[in-house]
Formats: sequence, structure tokens, C-alpha cells
Amino acid sequence: MTEFSTAGYLTMDLLRFTTAGSVDDGKSTLIGRLLYDSKSIFEDQYEAIRATSEKRGEEYVNLALLTDGLRAEREQGITIDVAYRYFATPKRKFIIADTPGHIQYTRNMVTGASTANAAIILIDARKGLIEQTMRHTYIASLLRIPHVIVCVNKMDLVDFKEDVFEKIKNDYTAFANKLEISDVYFLPISALKGDNVVDPSKNMDWYKGNTLMYLLENIKIENDINHSDARFPVQYVIRPMSNEHHDYRGYAGRIAGGVFKKGDAVTVLPSGHTSKIKSIDLLDNSLEEAFAPMSVTLTLENEIDISRGDMIVKTDNQPIVTQDIEVMICWLADKQLQANGKYALKHTSKDVRCIVKDIQYKVNINTLEKIEDDKNINLNDIARISFKTTAPITIDKYSRNRNTGSIILIDEATNVTVGAGMII
Amino acid sequence: MKNHTLTHLKELESESIFVLREVAAQFEKPALLFSGGKDSIVCFHLARKAFAPSKFPFPLLHVDTGHNFEETITFRDELAKKYGAQLIVGSVQQSIDEGKAIEERGFSASRNVLQTVTLLETIEKYKLDACIGGARRDEEKARAKERFFSHRDEFVQWDPKNQRPELWNLFNGRKHVGEHFRVFPISNWTEMDVWQYILQENIEIPSIYFTHERECFLRDGVIYAHSHVIPLKPNEKVEKMQVRFRTIGDISCTGAVLSKATTLEEIVEEVASTRVTERGSRIDDKRSEAAMEDRKKAGYF
Ligand SMILES: Nc1nc2c(ncn2[C@@H]2O[C@H](COP(=O)(O)OP(=O)(O)O)[C@@H](O)[C@H]2O)c(=O)[nH]1
Ligand SMILES: [Mg+2]
Repeated sequence: MTEFSTAGYLTMDLLRFTTAGSVDDGKSTLIGRLLYDSKSIFEDQYEAIRATSEKRGEEYVNLALLTDGLRAEREQGITIDVAYRYFATPKRKFIIADTPGHIQYTRNMVTGASTANAAIILIDARKGLIEQTMRHTYIASLLRIPHVIVCVNKMDLVDFKEDVFEKIKNDYTAFANKLEISDVYFLPISALKGDNVVDPSKNMDWYKGNTLMYLLENIKIENDINHSDARFPVQYVIRPMSNEHHDYRGYAGRIAGGVFKKGDAVTVLPSGHTSKIKSIDLLDNSLEEAFAPMSVTLTLENEIDISRGDMIVKTDNQPIVTQDIEVMICWLADKQLQANGKYALKHTSKDVRCIVKDIQYKVNINTLEKIEDDKNINLNDIARISFKTTAPITIDKYSRNRNTGSIILIDEATNVTVGAGMII
Repeated sequence: MKNHTLTHLKELESESIFVLREVAAQFEKPALLFSGGKDSIVCFHLARKAFAPSKFPFPLLHVDTGHNFEETITFRDELAKKYGAQLIVGSVQQSIDEGKAIEERGFSASRNVLQTVTLLETIEKYKLDACIGGARRDEEKARAKERFFSHRDEFVQWDPKNQRPELWNLFNGRKHVGEHFRVFPISNWTEMDVWQYILQENIEIPSIYFTHERECFLRDGVIYAHSHVIPLKPNEKVEKMQVRFRTIGDISCTGAVLSKATTLEEIVEEVASTRVTERGSRIDDKRSEAAMEDRKKAGYF
């Protein structure tokens, strides 16, 4: 981390990205390369993987070993679970969710994608677009990852030829046009050799674009968060009940969208009570305004009954309060979704129960076709489903706000998280 | 229009506070694992922020190996007193005396592994249903796979291949009787983030994080503090050195680094130019390639 400037840390921002690609497309190698070339790998870490590579008789130091952390992963040479990695440059701090590419790990990819600003989708230059590419792109689109970076990898194995890259780019564009992806970039790279990862390639003069690192450092992320609809799910009510703060009643939470200012007229949902923001507090500080994704404590002018699960919103811009929701679900459990089944449902800080009303269709995630005659929703399936909840929830569409538009389903018998849903 | 983006430190802070509040909302009896090290001190600070102006909401739980640096214990006691936090101490010595844990032998004997026994006993005794820890995913490769809300079955085991998926900010803390959770609010922080945050917030830390003169000796390339806890081998000799600690754990497994850093700024500079991980000076991780994974499966932090 010698390049790290300690003065810059007060202005650095944070980019979360995920990597997708099928097995052996080079995800782990690419991440290892980013870490290594940005000097984020420490000597002892490098020494450990160097020794392991040698022991296994590998030709290069296998940078993929940096991310494959579980014993089973190292032994089988595959990635099983999401692993998180961190690095920083003077401009940004990065959080990488390294997710496995196999179809049986779609749920892990969805997990990694849920909080990502950007997705790197790897394509093997020799193979071009394959089923997995479609699936990963569909998931990126479904989860509304704002920026997609398509890396055509292993360019060294196709003699760094421009037409190979161009063909893949055209094929991909034709496919992605059918989806909700707004910001797409294409790069020809070699993760193994380092071309266009951190340093510009000397083997591809025809490529005039930026390196991957440059893109990661410079993609605009301000607008990835909804700054127009003010939403504050109440997480916890703070009542010190001490002499000093006898009447203090604060609503603690993390702003899920928009901006709140002192004096703003607000409505509490679902009750509909109204008030004004008296103060925005955080420890010893009182703020004039706060915005997503800040964690703060609000106090209101009037005493109204508010508890966890309620949402404070600006009166002039309100979400929908409803018991009927339409959701794209990604099924995460081995046990099938039960038609007419009941599940616990979490939405922001609200816990309710719900019943499956209708399974409309399943999506063939490799071809994007709708399957209407098979209503068996199994592990890794993605389906459109309607639910009825036992109590009203306060929602936005997922496409408008990832925080107020997402839910998870929990099996009430096992307590396991079985479904991830995006409200339509 | 105003720029509504947070710096990375503010965003991490906000995320951690969110997690801490979820713990308070979802569990009956959580405790904050407090070692007196910088990560648990940062968690403590974040929890104060999360619940102010209420008083500190969780008891502090220290698993005391009996092999601590004196400075850490003093710091712990003063902090608890200053903020009116309840302090629970689980004693490894007592577990050993009661025959529940067996002391290791030899020159590199450590009580690190024994901590798990005492921790589990304390959890049971106080009926804790969630333990908040300061572990970070950047520390170690098994930890890179941890969830914020990490479910433990009734045998308190961690099952890394079968973890609950964790999506968006929707944390599932539901559990059956007898099960519990480990929660890691600063999962996404790096060592650098922790130091920068300590600097930014001007958080008090134990004196041994700063440079000081100490009697030390060298073993297998690691600088150890000389103490009754680690018997010297015949060829090892004690010297006065100018050192500080990068992490604070049990004396028997915490290595020191040569340092001149007297201020937080200097520590940040030093961390920025270091070429070895902080756990590189933790002897407990070096026992095998999967040492941490194995300890975690058995219920370690
Ligand atoms: N020639 C070449 N090989 C690569 C490149 N990137 C990755 N590989 C190799 O492809 C194999 C699979 O890479 P890995 O990173 O484990 O793929 P993952 O399964 O997507 O994580 C390894 O043998 C890598 O060395 C590249 O750019 N060029
Ligand atoms: Mg991999």
C-alpha cells in the first residue's frame, strides 16, 4: 500500500462491485491482479500463495489463491461462497464481492449483486457469449446494478485480435438491449498477464479506451442512490429516560432515500400522522440536513406513536402503503417454494408474514423466456410472484429504490432466508 | 445542487451503526465482545454513536486469558467506568482451574484456543443471544466469507459452506432456542480504515499502540514482549527495543513491531507503508493454512 496517500482519505468515496463469469473465465485471477497491481497485497500474503503455487507445480504465482479462502475451495480450485475483498487507491476505496459463477450458485451471485454499484462481467475471448453471460447479465439487470463493465478476458489466447473483441461487443450489445442496463463499458483484457487491468496494454494498440482500474476509479456513483424520495425506516426508538434527557424520544435509522432537513414536514406511515423534523442527531452533533445512506436519529415536533417498522417520509412525496405486492423472486433454498405457502417477510425494518397468492411465471435465465406451465420454484429459480401480507408495508418499486423496494422471505420453521425479492 | 455522497469512512460508519441498531432491535440479550484492542474500541465508539443519548446499551464481554498486557486491562476498566457500561469478564484461568480447558505445554503454548471454551461458557451463563465482535473480513481469508449476522447452531458451530444468504441491508436474526449469533459490524473495514477513523474521531486507545521502550526478544522472526507467560529458550536473549503493537491480543501470541510512531498520524503513515498484514504478527494464525477456519468452526470469534 505504498501508493496510499494518508492525506486523501477524507475525500475518498466507496465503490462496491461484484464479479461474474463462468468457471475458469478468470474472475479470481482478475481480482488477484487488481489487488496485486494496486499494491494491496502484503508480502506475507504473497509469500503464502507463492509457496502454495509452487507446491502444486503451477507455472505462475496463482493470484486466484488470494480469494479462495475456504479449505474446500482451495482443494477443489473453485469458489463456493461470496468472498469479500478490499483495496484502495488514492481516489477510492473498493469492496469486491467475488461470487462463484456456476448455476448452482446463482443465489450467491444475487447476494453479491444486491449491494453492488458495478458488475464486472467476464467473457472468455475464445468462447464468446455463452449461457452464463446471459444469466449474469440478466441478474445484473434484475438487481439493478447501475454500471456494468464487460471484460473480454484471455485476449492473449486470441493473439490480442481486435475483431474477436468487436464481435463479442456487438453480440453482447444486441443481447443487453433487451434488458434494463443503462451504463455498459467494454474492455479487452488479460487478467493473467495484466493487459488493460491497471496498466494499458502494449499488445492492443487498437484499443483506445481506459483501463479497468481507471474506470473503477472514475465511474460516477453519486446518482446510484435515490436522492429525490425521502425515506426513513425507523429501526429503533431511543428513549434514554435519564434525568438529563427526560423527554428525549429519537427515531434511529438509516436514510433509505432522499434528503431530510430540519423543519421538513413529514408523514409517518402507515399511520398517516404528520409532524415536522425538530432535529437530526448523531452523538454530539446536530445536523441541518442528512441524506441517504446516513445513519442518524430524528426527533419530531409532536409526540406521536412511532415504532420500529414505521417509515417517516416527506409529506409531499409518499410511497405506497399496501398489503398486495408483485415481486420478482430469486429462490435461495433447496426446498421448493410452496404454492399458497406462508412465509415471514422482511421489508426495511418491518417484519410481517405473507402468503403466496399467485405464481405467474418462471424465467429461463439463460434465454430470458417466460415459463408459464411449470410452477415449481426451485433453488436458483427466478419467478414473478404475487403475495399478500398480514399487515401493510410501505414500498417503492425496486427500480426506483433498492432499499424500499426489496424484501426477503424466511421459512418460519427453519428460520432460513429462502427468497430474495424485488418489488415491481 | 449539493453533492450528496459520503466519504468512504462516513459510509462505513453509517453501515456499522445500522448493524448495531439491528442487533439491539432483533436480539434480547446481546453483548459486545471487548478485548481492549482497536477494533473492539471502534465498535464501542460506534455503539455509543448509534444509541446516544441513551447510555451504553450492551454489556462488554471480555474473555480474559489471564495473559493480558496490563495497559489493556486498565484501559478496559476505565472505559467501562467512564461510560457506565456493564463489564462481564470470562476467565480462562477459571476454566482451566475447573478442568474445562486444558493448558497447552511447551515454548509456544498459548491460551488463544482455550478462549473458545470460556467464551461459550460465558455465553451460556449470561444467556447471551448475540455477541458483537470487531472481526474484519480483510483480516484473514476465512473471515472474508463471514456474514454481518453470522448464525451459530446450538453447538455454536460456524458452517461456512451453508451460511444464510445476506442481501441488501435485510439481516435475518431469527433463531431457535439455544442458538445464537455473532455479529460483525465492521466487517467491511480494513486496518487502514480503522486507524483513519480513530484519527478522524480522535478515539482514545491503549498506550501500547504507540511506541514505547520494552523488554523484548526475537523468535522465528517475531518480536515478543518478555513476560512470565512465555518461557525463554536457552539461546534467546532479552533486549530493550523501541516497539509498538499493531494488534493487541494475548501476550503469548501478539508480536510487536519496531516503530517510532508517537501520534495517531504517525501510526496511519506507518500502516500505509507496511508490507505485511497485521495478522502476520499473530502467531495463532500461523499454525496451519486453515487455522482460522478451523477455530471459527469450533466457535471462535
Ligand atoms: N492465458 C490466460 N489465462 C488466464 C487469464 N485469466 C485467467 N486465466 C487462467 O484461467 C484459469 C481460471 O482462472 P480463475 O481466475 O481461477 O477463474 P474463475 O473460476 O473465474 O475464478 C486459471 O488457470 C488462470 O490462470 C488470461 O487473461 N489469460
Ligand atoms: Mg474463482
